[in-house]
Amino acid sequence: MLDQTAVEKLDVEAVNKGAKQNAQPLYAARQKVHPKRAEGTYRRLKWIIMAVTLGIYYITPWLRWDRGPHAPDQAVLIDMANRRFYFFFVEIWPQEFIYIAGLLVMAGVGLFLITSVVGRAWCGYTCPQTVWTDLFLVIERFFEGDRNARIRLDKEPWTGSKIAKKLAKHATWLVIAVATGGAWIFYFADAPTLAYNFATGQAPFIAYATVAVLTATTYVFGGIMREQVCIYMCPWPRIQAAMLDENSLVVTYNDWRGEPRMRGQKKAKAQGLLPGDCVDCNACVAVCPTGIDIRDGQQLECITCALCIDACDAVMDKVGHERGLISYATLADYNHNMRVAMGGENSGAIDPSNVRDQNGNFVDAIRGFKWREMLRLRTIIYTAAWAAIGIALLIALGTRDRLEVNVLHDRNPVFTTLSDGSIRNGYTVKILNMVAEPRTITLTLDGLPGAVMAINGIDAEPGTTFDIPVEPDKLRPLRVFVSQPRDMVAPGSTPFSFIVEEGEAGETDIYNANFEAPE
Amino acid sequence: MADDKKDIDAVSGVETTGHEWDGIKELNNPLPRWWLWTFYATIVWTIGYTIAYPAWPGITGATAGVLGWSSRGQLAEEMDAARAEQAVYLSRIEQADVNAIAADPELVQFAVAGGSSAFKVYCVQCHGSGAAGGEGYPNLNDDDWIWGGTLEDIAWTIRHGIRHEPDLDTRFNDMPAYGRDQILDRDQISDVAWYVRQMSGQEYDEEAAARGAETFEIECSACHGIDGEGVPELGGPRLNDAIWLYGGSHAEIVAQINNPQQGVMPAWGDRLGETTVKQLAVYVHQLGGGQ
Repeated sequence: MLDQTAVEKLDVEAVNKGAKQNAQPLYAARQKVHPKRAEGTYRRLKWIIMAVTLGIYYITPWLRWDRGPHAPDQAVLIDMANRRFYFFFVEIWPQEFIYIAGLLVMAGVGLFLITSVVGRAWCGYTCPQTVWTDLFLVIERFFEGDRNARIRLDKEPWTGSKIAKKLAKHATWLVIAVATGGAWIFYFADAPTLAYNFATGQAPFIAYATVAVLTATTYVFGGIMREQVCIYMCPWPRIQAAMLDENSLVVTYNDWRGEPRMRGQKKAKAQGLLPGDCVDCNACVAVCPTGIDIRDGQQLECITCALCIDACDAVMDKVGHERGLISYATLADYNHNMRVAMGGENSGAIDPSNVRDQNGNFVDAIRGFKWREMLRLRTIIYTAAWAAIGIALLIALGTRDRLEVNVLHDRNPVFTTLSDGSIRNGYTVKILNMVAEPRTITLTLDGLPGAVMAINGIDAEPGTTFDIPVEPDKLRPLRVFVSQPRDMVAPGSTPFSFIVEEGEAGETDIYNANFEAPE
Repeated sequence: MADDKKDIDAVSGVETTGHEWDGIKELNNPLPRWWLWTFYATIVWTIGYTIAYPAWPGITGATAGVLGWSSRGQLAEEMDAARAEQAVYLSRIEQADVNAIAADPELVQFAVAGGSSAFKVYCVQCHGSGAAGGEGYPNLNDDDWIWGGTLEDIAWTIRHGIRHEPDLDTRFNDMPAYGRDQILDRDQISDVAWYVRQMSGQEYDEEAAARGAETFEIECSACHGIDGEGVPELGGPRLNDAIWLYGGSHAEIVAQINNPQQGVMPAWGDRLGETTVKQLAVYVHQLGGGQ
C-alpha cells in the first residue's frame, strides 16, 4: 500500500447533508457550494457533451437549407407569423402538429427509458441547467481559481482585486446569458436578418423582451441559484423515484468495500483494525455541484453527474485500490454485496474480511455490474414503445399528403332553386398546396349526374373540371356553386366527390361531399 | 404531535411534522430563504401593481392607476387601429365604382366581409341570415332578379329602396288589382292563372290556358313580357320560371292577380352611406345569382 499522506484530506462538509440541516429553523439560507474541479472519464464525457449540446444550440439557427425561391432557407425555423415549422427537409403545417406531439411523446418515453437504465443521466449530463451551470463554473474558476481559492476569496474583505475578479466574472456571465437568450430568438426568424435588425434596434419588441427574460433566467439560474433550481424548483427529482427500480444504474457509494472508513490506515492496521477502502478524504464531497455527501446514500439532491466517481477513482489509484469505490451500481448488486459484507445478514457491521480474501482480492460472492441487467421487461417495453412511435412517425411522414382538399358545405341556405328549376348547392372548397412551388391543381366534380360547378372569381363557363393555380405553400379558398338540372335531381341527399389532382407529381386527394335537394 | 418531544426521522436526521400516512412521515425541512424573499418580492410587486393599474375598489368606482390603463381604453385603441387599417380599403372603395371593386380581388375580399356584416345588421330581418328570403321576401341567392341582378342594379336597389316614396329615385311600379277593381272577371283571372302555370312549366288546364293567353297578351305582357320573361327595367317579375315570390299554385297566382301584394324595401343610401351600399352590392352579387 502506498503512503497515505499522498492523499490530501480535504476540509469540506456537505452543505446539504441531512443532519447539518437539523438546526431546524423555519427558513434556511442557501449555503454556497464551491465545487472543486474534477478530472477523469466522466468529466471528459461531460466536457464533450457540453460542447456538443451548446454547439447544437448556438449553431443550429445559422444552418442554411435550400428550399427554392418560395420558402425560407433556414434549416430549422419556427415561423409563427406564417404558421409553418421547418426542419431541414421537413415542413410542418399547423394541422400536422401531431408530428411534434409524437416527438414529445418519444422524448417522454426516452426519458423514462434512460432513467430506468442509468438513473438521472438527463440531469447529470444534458439538462440545460447542468450544462450552463458547468459553463458558468468554468468562468468562475478562470477568474477566481479552484475551490480553496474561491472560498478564501469569498471570505476576504472587498479589496480592489476581489472587486475586479468578481466584476470580470459577472460581466462574462452576463455576456453568456445574453448570447443564450440571443440564440433562442434566431429559431423564430431568419437569423442573419434578425441579427442585423437586433443590433440596429429595428427588431420587434418581443425579440428584445425574450432576450431580456432569457438573459435574466440564464444569469440567475446558471450563475446564482444553480443547485437550488434542481433541489427546490425542478419536479423531476420528485418523479424520478417512480422511474427507478432495483436494477437501475445509479451513482452509488459502495459501503460494502468502503466501510469502516478510516484515515491513517497504516496506523490503524498496526493497531490491529481492519479498515475499508474509504480513506475519508472527502474528495467526493468537494467536487459535488449540489453539495451532498454521496456516502449518505442515494438522495434527492444527487443529479448523478458522476464527478464524485472521477474524484474517488483518482484517490483509489493513488492508494492502490481498485477503482469503483463510488461507481454506477444497481441497488440489487449493492444489497447483495452489502449482505456479503455483513456476513450474510441483512444488518449489522460491515467486516472487510468478508469482502476480501487474504490476498486482498474481492471474494467470488461479490457481484459487479453485468450488461445483461439492462435488458429487462421494463426497459424492453420502453424501447419498443419508443421505437414504435418513431417508426409510426417516420412512416406517416414519408407517406403524408402534400396536396389536400377540404370542403365546407353551405348550411344557410342548404340549396337554392334557380329559374330553370335546377338545384344549386354552395361550397367553400379549400385547396392546400403544401409544397414550396406554385402548382396548378385540377379540381374535378365527380359522381353527380349532369351537375356543373361555377367558381367565384374564376372566369370560365361552368363545367366539371377547373384548373386552379395555387401559390406556393398556400391554401386557396374557393366559393364553388354546384348546380344539377331539374330532371336529374334526386330528392334528399346525394353523395359525390371533389377530386384534386396535380399532374406532375401524380398527387391526388378526394373529399366526399353531399348534394342536398328538396325531399 | 402528542408530546413536546421532536420527532426526528432516523434516516435523514430531519425533524418531521408529526404527520404520518401509511408509515410515511412528512419531513419538516426548512424552506429556502430565497423562497421567502421571492414571496416578499411578489408582495412588493402587487403593491406597485395596484398603484400602476386600476385595483382598489371604492364607493363609486375603483382607483384608476397611475398608468391610466383601462380595458375600455385598450378596446378603444384596438378599435381605432382596426379602423385605421380599414380606412385604407374604405377610401379605395369610396373612390371606385362597383364594377371596379369587383375586378379587384383584394377589394372584393374586403367588400364581401364588410357587406356580410352590414347584411347581418340591416337586411336579415326580411331576407334571412342566409339571404334565402321567404314568402314575399326575395331570395338573393338565386338568379331571378325583379329589378335586375347586375352590380349596378343591385346597388341602385339598395341605395333607393323599393316603393320607398320619400326617395324620388326609388324602384316603383304598381300592378293593378284586376279582381278587386273589377278589371277582369273571375273566369278571366282563373284562365290567365292557368296560362301562367303553363308558361312556367307546371301542370295546367289546356282549354283555360288557351283562353288566358289572349288576356295575358293584352293585360300583362307590357310588364311581364310577351313570354312572361319579365321586364327588369319596369320591375316586372319573370313568370316563366320556377321561382315564385308569392307562390306558384293556381290559387296563389289567382290571389296575386286579384289583389296583388307589393313588397317594400327602405332606401339605405342615406342611412348607410355609399361605401356600405357598395359593399352590400358586392356581397349580394357574389351569393351566386349575380349577373
